[in-house]
Amino acid sequence: MSGPNTDYDPVEVTPLKADQVEAMREAALAAIADAADLDALKQVRLDHAGDRSPLALANREIGALPPQARKEAGQRVGQARGAVNQALAARQAVLEAEHEERMLAEETVDVSLPTTRRRRGGRHPLTLQSELIADLFVAMGYEVAEGPVVEAEWLNFDALNLGPDHPARTMQDTFWTEPADDHVVLRTQTSPVQARTMLTRKPPIYVVCPGRVFRTDEYDATHSPMFHQVEGLVVDEGITMAHLKGTLDHFASQLFGDGITTRFRPSYFPFTEPSAEVDVLCFVCRNVEPQSCRTCRGEGWIEWGGCGVVNPRVLVACGVDPEVYSGFAFGMGIDRSFMFRHDLEDLRPLFEGDVRFSSAFGTEI
Amino acid sequence: MKAPLSWILDLVDVPAGTTTEEITDRLTLTGLKLEAIVSPGREITGPLVIGRVLTMEPEPQKNGKTINWCTVDVGDANGTGEPQGIVCGAHNFAPGDLVVTVLPGGVLPGGFEIGARKTYGHLSAGMICSARELGLGEDHDGIIVLPPDAGEPGQDARPVLGLDEETIEFEVNPDRAYALSLRGIAREVLVSVEGASGFRDPAVRDTPAANDQGHPVVVEDAEGCPVFVARRVDGFDPAAPTPDFMVQRITAAGMRPISLAVDVTNYVMLETGRPIHGYDADRLRGAIVVRRAREGEKLTTLDGTARTLDPGDLVVTDDSGIIGLGGVMGGETTEISDTTTSVLVEAAHWDAVSMFRTGRRHKITSEAGKRNERGVDPTICEAAADRVVELLVEHGGGTAHPGVTVVGTPPAMPVVEVAGDLAARVSGMSITEEQSVECLRAVGCEVSGSGILSVTPPPWRPDLTDAQDFSEEVIRLVGYDKVPSVLPTPPSGRGLTRAQQLRRRVGRTLAGEGYVEVVTFPFVGEADLDALGLPADDPRRDLLRLSNPLNAEAAFMTSTLLPGLLRTAGKNVGHGTTDVAIFETATVTLPHHAGPAPILPVDRRPSEAELEALDAALPAQPLHLALVGTGDAVSGGWWGEARPVSWADAVEAVRAVAAALGLEVSASAVELAPWHPGRCAELSVDGEVVGHAGEVHPTVCQAFGLPKRTVAAEVDLDLLIARAVHLRSAPTFSSYPVAKEDVALVVDATVPAADVEAALREGAGELLESIRLFDVYTGDQVGEGRKSLAYALRFRALDRTLKEGEAAAARDAAVALAAERTGAVQRA
Repeated sequence: MSGPNTDYDPVEVTPLKADQVEAMREAALAAIADAADLDALKQVRLDHAGDRSPLALANREIGALPPQARKEAGQRVGQARGAVNQALAARQAVLEAEHEERMLAEETVDVSLPTTRRRRGGRHPLTLQSELIADLFVAMGYEVAEGPVVEAEWLNFDALNLGPDHPARTMQDTFWTEPADDHVVLRTQTSPVQARTMLTRKPPIYVVCPGRVFRTDEYDATHSPMFHQVEGLVVDEGITMAHLKGTLDHFASQLFGDGITTRFRPSYFPFTEPSAEVDVLCFVCRNVEPQSCRTCRGEGWIEWGGCGVVNPRVLVACGVDPEVYSGFAFGMGIDRSFMFRHDLEDLRPLFEGDVRFSSAFGTEI
Repeated sequence: MKAPLSWILDLVDVPAGTTTEEITDRLTLTGLKLEAIVSPGREITGPLVIGRVLTMEPEPQKNGKTINWCTVDVGDANGTGEPQGIVCGAHNFAPGDLVVTVLPGGVLPGGFEIGARKTYGHLSAGMICSARELGLGEDHDGIIVLPPDAGEPGQDARPVLGLDEETIEFEVNPDRAYALSLRGIAREVLVSVEGASGFRDPAVRDTPAANDQGHPVVVEDAEGCPVFVARRVDGFDPAAPTPDFMVQRITAAGMRPISLAVDVTNYVMLETGRPIHGYDADRLRGAIVVRRAREGEKLTTLDGTARTLDPGDLVVTDDSGIIGLGGVMGGETTEISDTTTSVLVEAAHWDAVSMFRTGRRHKITSEAGKRNERGVDPTICEAAADRVVELLVEHGGGTAHPGVTVVGTPPAMPVVEVAGDLAARVSGMSITEEQSVECLRAVGCEVSGSGILSVTPPPWRPDLTDAQDFSEEVIRLVGYDKVPSVLPTPPSGRGLTRAQQLRRRVGRTLAGEGYVEVVTFPFVGEADLDALGLPADDPRRDLLRLSNPLNAEAAFMTSTLLPGLLRTAGKNVGHGTTDVAIFETATVTLPHHAGPAPILPVDRRPSEAELEALDAALPAQPLHLALVGTGDAVSGGWWGEARPVSWADAVEAVRAVAAALGLEVSASAVELAPWHPGRCAELSVDGEVVGHAGEVHPTVCQAFGLPKRTVAAEVDLDLLIARAVHLRSAPTFSSYPVAKEDVALVVDATVPAADVEAALREGAGELLESIRLFDVYTGDQVGEGRKSLAYALRFRALDRTLKEGEAAAARDAAVALAAERTGAVQRA
């Protein structure tokens, strides 16, 4: 260890003179200021504030002074050491900050690099649409009812007032299973779930039934042998067509936007009487200058589904007393609703399984 | 149903100035939905005028054809008043004839623009038109020659040709059979369009009384054929043309004109709704007998099809045998031909159910059948037959035979009791009883009483049978658009069921794992199962067959989701998406062969036993989850190499799903198609097998157009969801220091790691906090047929710091048990 105090003479007490202490202090401060990095500062600390630094040695000399001189010398050396330590700490902080800044700068990355290492998953838009619709009704107090896809003929037809010779049976081109006299079909509608619900629950009944249904339609841009329906059923005391209208207006506004209402047109379904076709106000043009609207094709309204007051014959077959209860039912195509809600003209991408299609919708719609 | 507007307005008056759209808007609101308004002339623009041929000079051409160079007077329509020079290839006209001329600037159907052009050495300025060129039919043998009194040269030809005629196409619901006639539509106009009046019912006419001079008819089955009316026209000219108005109307209604006799029967059917059949009277042998067919009887119908009849079919016979399938289609032997001079007209009322069954049985759809199976007014047989006779006599030059055969009487309409306030109660509108009565009478019902009304529907409304049917009639006339919008107030619901919530959770978990959900059709063929490599006795080969599949190659409901998913993955790869991870949740069909499902009564609730029998007859339909992955699981990039999918990804995806349900899955080796025999895991929860996962057999990959190393899994989601942990207890864990011990064990390569781990866990006892396999080594250092498994064990007690040596003792106990159970040797 070497230091600048080579002229130290223990016999003399001159080093404690003011100008000498001042010189030590100035030398130390100058060295601190000159320290360019943390390593240099470390050496400066040893040289000017270490045990063998001039000021430390001077401090030791204080004891050798006459008592009357000790106080003054002690103050002088103490102040000098304090100033050096402060300067060291300050320089240390500055150099550390500079060091960190440099290190961080060196660690800079290109944050625009691609980060996707794993594929994104996604859920099928029809699943999401079904859940969205179910949630709208659950929020109103409904429950979600379910039933089998391969269904008994009686539940798909007879119980719904579609007797074996009902002309309307030919409206729904049915897949039959073998052997033919087993009376088992692929359900053509989700209505058998309504029948099952009435057979197993006591009114009041408020349910929706989303699900897959099948018809012998050749697969093309607007037809599919398998598609998805959501039906609703309410059986309670005093239920009227007005309640049906209110419910569908609410449904329409929740699914398509505030102010979107429905329109009823007389129609025919064996399970409802009176029956109606439901049109929904076009949510794009809102029937204001519809001529150029692509969504409703100039109609101002979009055909949405069917509905009606539950035929008392259906109530009877399902064990509900039509003298006490009345009900309404409605049914919409989930696929169809999705198609016009999301501007899809050809339904086939829904069933082709191209991951680019489903991925586009992520996990919620 | 297509109805020419002029025909409708022949039968009912609407206020002057009522537009077609106003009429169709009202009809749509009351239940006859507008499909389209079509007009044959809608595609024709520009000058289409009457012309008079002044001169025509035949000019033979080199190509063998002869053209006519004509001058045609078109009045002032061409702006000059000079005759128009036109080249015409037809020859069926002469100078002086009135013809239809389109002048330059006109456009004919198909966007065919007419100009003046040089042809055959002349400047031909326009065209003389045939019916086909104007879209008026197929006739292209010659040009249209108008009657001499059609009009003056230069007049617009459209009104003369009926090109201005509008035809309204309606969608007719099955309960509205009466609207399959002009009579029914006109009646709907009467009740729907404000101010409509003057309904002239074409089925109300004076008809001659029945007598015994007509053709003898015996009806053996009065239920199947309650009314049979026969009339005869003799001396009919089979060559007589059908009048233009009739051709135009029949064509507009979508039927094909054939001959006067046939056209008249169709015309009257369209007008009244009553199907009519005409027989060549000279080819009838003896009395007509109506009865049910006998087993094995045969008939060749006039579509040329030889049919074997069913005892349910109603047939018309004479001494020669069966001559027609009653109400559905006539037979060949008595068909009206181009030599027929005597026509026997049949107007009969048939049982609708029999008609429906026969039509379906023989796959016959005809205009007559369509009406008969939906129900026709039984009271108008005589009027309809009389109308046919009238038209045949008027246009075919025949004479009406005095004989009038009428067998049977129309069934009476039922009287239905309807509460006077029913329409109000059903609709939620304030409809008074008076309003209801008024509406019911408007649609033709007879109504008496008050409070409880006695209502007799009109004979053309066989669909009105229940009280509620009458409420619909009232409400539709009051207006569906007036039904108020009121929200009902359901009781508090219970939200989604737990299973419904968990199914959503499964979908979200897999999406989070990078899988994309797809929806595929559940139809498969045996070839699909062959492609999966399923052995002959695999239970998944027991499939539910469809009687009427769209595609014979996919005639079954699938028992596994894998064919659809593998095919879908293959399609994605084919589209250039090489990294694919997809999943599907759907029910599969596993037949019990326990049918048939009973057809239960509908006049009461079935008993529990009956309902159980229904369900027992259905196949099991468990909800399955399947997934397929191919290509890279992690892409390559600036971060490093890509990682291809492996069998472990398929197992891990199922584990992720199980974890989302609070379940742990254990895996053990199994050989099962379509998986790689050495890379298939049987997955169990608490000892119950829930599914399989692993690498797909390379042959199967190839069959589905997928690269080798594609992975797949299929599990029974119902089983998993049924086992899902509902209420989990909160965990407790130790805050004392952890003691770590690593061990490396050498075992036979065939020993499952899961067995080694299970032994270690059990041997280590309750101080063991966790165990992790961090390395698997095979190679020289452990010897042929051996592998080294390196485990990191962590020990900790809940209530204290472990004492020196405690962890080591537990480790030694673990190793000892592993050695005992699996032959494991600790690696030095």
